Amino acid sequence: MSETQPDPRARLAAMSGTLEERLYGQMALIRRFEERLLELFEDNELVGTTHCYIGQEANAVGVLNHLAAGDVVFSNHRCHGHFLVYADRADLLLAELMGRAGGLVDGRGGSQHICFADFHSNGVQGGLVSNAVGMAMAEKMKGTGAVTVVFLGDGTLGQGIVYESLNLASLWGAPILFVVEDNEWAQSTPRRLELAGDMVSRGRAFGIESGEITSTDAMEIYAHFGPIIDRIRTTGRPHFEVIHTYRLCHHSKSDDKRPRAEVEARREREPLRVTGPRLNPEVIEGLHVEAGRRVAAAETWARALPLPDPETHLEAPQ
Amino acid sequence: MRRSTVLGSLNSSLHDALREDERVLVLGEDLLDPYGGAFKVTRGLSTAFPDRVLTTPISEAGFTGVAVGMAMRGLRPVVEIMFGDFLTLAADQLLNHAAKYAWMYASKVSVPLVVRAPMGGRRGYGPTHSQSIEKHFIGMPGLEVVAAHPFCEPGALLRSCIDDDRPTVFIENKLMYARALRLADGGRLGDLYIKQTGGDRPAHLLSYDPFVHADVTIAAYGGMAEMAVSAAERLLLDEEIVADVVLATDLSRAPIELLGDSLSRSGRLLTVEEGGATCGWGAELISQVSEHCFALLQAAPVRVCAREIPIANSRPLEEATLPQVDDIVGAALALTLPSERS
Repeated sequence: MSETQPDPRARLAAMSGTLEERLYGQMALIRRFEERLLELFEDNELVGTTHCYIGQEANAVGVLNHLAAGDVVFSNHRCHGHFLVYADRADLLLAELMGRAGGLVDGRGGSQHICFADFHSNGVQGGLVSNAVGMAMAEKMKGTGAVTVVFLGDGTLGQGIVYESLNLASLWGAPILFVVEDNEWAQSTPRRLELAGDMVSRGRAFGIESGEITSTDAMEIYAHFGPIIDRIRTTGRPHFEVIHTYRLCHHSKSDDKRPRAEVEARREREPLRVTGPRLNPEVIEGLHVEAGRRVAAAETWARALPLPDPETHLEAPQ
Repeated sequence: MRRSTVLGSLNSSLHDALREDERVLVLGEDLLDPYGGAFKVTRGLSTAFPDRVLTTPISEAGFTGVAVGMAMRGLRPVVEIMFGDFLTLAADQLLNHAAKYAWMYASKVSVPLVVRAPMGGRRGYGPTHSQSIEKHFIGMPGLEVVAAHPFCEPGALLRSCIDDDRPTVFIENKLMYARALRLADGGRLGDLYIKQTGGDRPAHLLSYDPFVHADVTIAAYGGMAEMAVSAAERLLLDEEIVADVVLATDLSRAPIELLGDSLSRSGRLLTVEEGGATCGWGAELISQVSEHCFALLQAAPVRVCAREIPIANSRPLEEATLPQVDDIVGAALALTLPSERS
């Protein structure tokens, strides 16, 4: 890979403050980044769409902070939070979203199709899960010891290729963590209309160690995933874990038709409100200021970048 | 396995690739010895390289997707789709994954993947195991489509695709496997004169005339290559008509150089393919000839293709559906009727 490989675990260890403060700070950055994106859309500064992670930030910080340099991530359409914890590069991501040359993939991918070092995302539900299994198998065959993490949503469980991928991962012993972020809604469709049966059993049916956690508490999720990822490193076997969470924002920009009362009730348990009361208010204020500063700096940097030149960006890769 | 047949050439090439490049691995259904794959292209591989020949569940989408991920992490997987008809099961992986990653990630990754697909009928396998559906995969940006024929060395062609960094669908033909290779020596193959373009995916021009005179240009690829040459032989012996035959291996690009070369003599173009005509390879060739060398055409181009109905199991129905040597000869005769000649 051309870029320096991020090391989320080492970066977290090097941050100042308590563990809970560090996780909160990362979540505050994701939150501010996503809020700013929505403002930029309102101002017609961005094209296309974006799938915000607001409400699910505890998952990204709880899972990805356990990864080391060389570990592989495959994310989906809702990838910003995952990327920010993995790479801590709001500048490159915002430049990509603003369609700039010098963004993560020079404006070719936008919100859903990004790549940086060992992080990848794609916008088609399901198919990327098989790609992630292949990556885990490649790392195993090369003997690197790397763990691969792939993120799915509850809606993605409707895709047949997910089950082909689980079957292959179990048969061939792929060192991969399947994380299902169950946010209860597949775009505008509630879970009861899109998902039969039980989620965790889907992993178990393939002989994959599987579990679930219902939480929006970053500390709880972080503690939960540490041993899971350690076990994948030790055994080289796959693991399937469901996080029952909730998406506070719309699926894609302004398309939210969910009952307001339902959404507002869940706001009480959103990750920042869960963790916030346990921290010093002055520390929280400082973390939000820092998040705001970093997003603003990223935006200033991204705006200064040129738009891609069609003359040099239309060639096929050789 | 004898390298002198298409099957032997492909099989030997896979043995060589696995031996010479430890990044190469082979995945697909029923590949393991003693069975060795439905058409035996992979015979012996699992015995020689047990760790790098993976027999898969019946999951074309899944194992093609796994191979895409492997390719993105530095391996060079070769996937076998048991019957080319099943390529559609992996279509999303080819279109929205394999073909996209290198470009949409600004060349931060490459996807050196080969998906081998045996196409074609004439073996009585019926509507879902006899088709030639490669036309649906031609024209996807980022995906290469290559087809073997006995006048090139299929194993060398396959190896060049394995060594290439781009994802490639490699079209084989079921009936062709048992055929002997027909390789030119010093520009001659028996009574045929042969010239070819350079590069890994050469186009070939074959003629019973030393490229001085031609009445018609027949363009073909894959399983129709030998039938086109047989038609050229009959046209010469029975009708004294000189047919040039242009054979493509790179289906993603029209062999426009050799077509122009031949059409400058013949002025008449006949395209031949085992799939249907609509939006097919021949349709694209005719478009490109019209764009690049319309002035060379002395008559409207003609396509010889499968009838656009499913391919029946019963032999007379299958024969009537798929293009035969007679159809090529008949179309060439009609195209070169004296009243049509200049």
